[in-house]
Amino acid sequence: MAEVKAVVEEVQERTPEELDWTKCDAICAQYAGAKGATIPVLQKVQDAYGYLYKELVERVGENLNISSHTLYGVITFYAQFYTKPRGKYVIRVCRGTACHVKGSGRISEVVFEEFGIRNGETDPDKIFTLEEVSCIGACGMAPVIMVNDKTHGNLTPEESRKIFKDYASGKMDE
Amino acid sequence: MSEYKVEQIEVHVCMGTAGVASGGEAVMAALNSEFEKRGLTNTDVKERNCKAKQTGCRGLCARDVLIDVYVPGKGPVTYEHVTAEMVPSIVEEHIVGGEVVTKWAAKKDYFEFYDKQKRYVLNDCGKVDPDSLEDYIAHGGYDALKKTLKMTSEEVIDEVKKSGLRGRGGGGFPTGLKWTFCRNSPGDLKYLICNADEGDPGAFMDRSIIEGNPHAVIEGMLIAAYAIGCKEGYIYCRAEYPLAIKRVKKALVDAEKAGYLGDNVLGSGFEFHLKLKEGAGAFVCGEETALIASIEGERGMPRSRPPFPAVKGLWQKPSNVNNVETFANLPVIILNGADWYANIGTEKSKGTKIFALSGKVKSTGLIEVPMGITVRELIFEVGGGIPKKRKFKAVQLGGPSGGCLTEAHLDTKIDYDSLIAAGAMMGSGGVVVLDETNCMVNVAQFFLTFTQRESCGKCIPCRVGTKTMLDILDRITAGKGKEGDIERLEALANDIKISSLCGLGQTAPNPILTTIRYFRDEYEAHIYKQKCPARECPELIEFVVVDERCKKCGICKKVCPVDAITWEKGQYAYIDKAKCVKCRECIVNCPFNSID
Repeated sequence: MAEVKAVVEEVQERTPEELDWTKCDAICAQYAGAKGATIPVLQKVQDAYGYLYKELVERVGENLNISSHTLYGVITFYAQFYTKPRGKYVIRVCRGTACHVKGSGRISEVVFEEFGIRNGETDPDKIFTLEEVSCIGACGMAPVIMVNDKTHGNLTPEESRKIFKDYASGKMDE
Repeated sequence: MSEYKVEQIEVHVCMGTAGVASGGEAVMAALNSEFEKRGLTNTDVKERNCKAKQTGCRGLCARDVLIDVYVPGKGPVTYEHVTAEMVPSIVEEHIVGGEVVTKWAAKKDYFEFYDKQKRYVLNDCGKVDPDSLEDYIAHGGYDALKKTLKMTSEEVIDEVKKSGLRGRGGGGFPTGLKWTFCRNSPGDLKYLICNADEGDPGAFMDRSIIEGNPHAVIEGMLIAAYAIGCKEGYIYCRAEYPLAIKRVKKALVDAEKAGYLGDNVLGSGFEFHLKLKEGAGAFVCGEETALIASIEGERGMPRSRPPFPAVKGLWQKPSNVNNVETFANLPVIILNGADWYANIGTEKSKGTKIFALSGKVKSTGLIEVPMGITVRELIFEVGGGIPKKRKFKAVQLGGPSGGCLTEAHLDTKIDYDSLIAAGAMMGSGGVVVLDETNCMVNVAQFFLTFTQRESCGKCIPCRVGTKTMLDILDRITAGKGKEGDIERLEALANDIKISSLCGLGQTAPNPILTTIRYFRDEYEAHIYKQKCPARECPELIEFVVVDERCKKCGICKKVCPVDAITWEKGQYAYIDKAKCVKCRECIVNCPFNSID
């Protein structure tokens, strides 16, 4: 469980796409009547819409016949549900034991120095989100980070800075 | 390791998470294009045909990308730190020319890593293509299942009991006995659950087993389901393991298509359906009742026991939960027999155990050793000792629930009971080595930060207690410790241990208790002298160069990210405190420990 955070973002104008429930309803229909569907439905809906905003959660609730507060209970319990928009690149800095003793704390500092974001935050341009995660299970190559699905290991703080700059300049997209 | 015979030239590329991160996909692509270009995939002589094959992790992640070149009639040759650029030379000189490229081939120190190991559970990792059911079957896969289906369920349970197998997830409860509880519970529908929510930071054997050999886990689950009488099962895998999830998904589809899963397993009349559940990021879900709550779609909070899951588990039905490694041991036991298995290990801890070796040790990676090996053998022989000529300080075993052992304990045998007697625990098998530059108070603070963040909040001792202990540790490492803090920590720790609801809270104080027990002087130095002897707590470091120890090498100047250090050839270095951001890069990199 993450530290206490504001659950629902400040009110935002929704785009028509964000209020198009076709995908949401289709996902919910797949799980109609299935036991234990809450978590997989939320995972798939989040994948489809980016993050779990208020109107979306309400829609899921109507479909599954579950109250929003029950859904928010589940959403806020698990680290991998997001109630706020996230950046194009999610930087996961591993804070597992092996990474910790090899200085991964400094890598989070480098992210802050470069983009001004701390754990759980997204920069105003929505390019980077920083997530400190407990262990990504690649301890043999500590310290390790993941940027979206790509793993980078055996880093020094300055190497990590270079990698972040490469992502920021679009060099990594090639 | 057993012999692996090939009928054509095979190049195995390590494609676990570490292998992929080090560039495994590029090496694989380079091999394929090189074979294609030279027309080696389809030659006139069958033995000369070449194939590149992805395999799971063989353990020595520090040297990835690792590849093995198998030529028919010859032993394999391993190359380490392979890049795509090296591939054309390896193909040209070794595969075409028949001359091993010795400068890149693994040397003696690579093989020393394997000398003391006994790889049974991990044997196929590094040899079998994890995405290929056919390859698994070609290496004896599902033979244990076939043997099982000819036995009665009682015989299977007896065999597992006789083998002495104990739960590999950390508790060490005898597996066969656990099964009997669920088997004897009344009810038609029983669930079998594989706990792949490997949350302990510092442990990655479950990930590697699933990534490297997913069918072994499925086969183990089939054996257990047959013995207990379960018709349905779940693999609960944490979402942080995308590659493991991808591979197990494919394995499940393939196994079902081939009739190993379904209404009528291999025509035997035995029915078993298996599904994957992806976790959503919560450490506490590794606790079995919390895991069950999470599968049911709820907040993953532990439930009080009794009733135990064996009586009322998933959806109130009798359920049995075992860990990935436990399941992966089962095919080995069934195929080789309980007597053979019980011959490995110590009197009360049988078989082998997989450890994830990491931290300040030369050969980081995954190892499988017989129970009863000593801590010293593990770190200094298998792991190759401490890098950078630094001194060994402690080893942390068992993750956030475990404890630290010191130099004095290096000859402790690694088995369930000896470790508990020494103040640590087996846990899931994470072994994190610490050297003289690691501060033990900081290590305790690290684990408490973790357990406090992961506490589900249901019971007060854990929710409030871990926070209170963490506040004290934060204070001590910031140089604001008070007299009596150590005693306060001890008192709180003991209360939390006895009054928490689940294993997370009951064991959360362990890292504090063992570090106080063995490194009390370090706590005292922080509180009473405002010093961090290991120079890890930035608030307690002065950041001055001590001229007597400085060898004027200038390394500190090179690594300083904010240009706070002045140095000229032949001069002592000097740190400008106005510019210094206390990042410790200079301390970490100074070869002469000359910054206080």
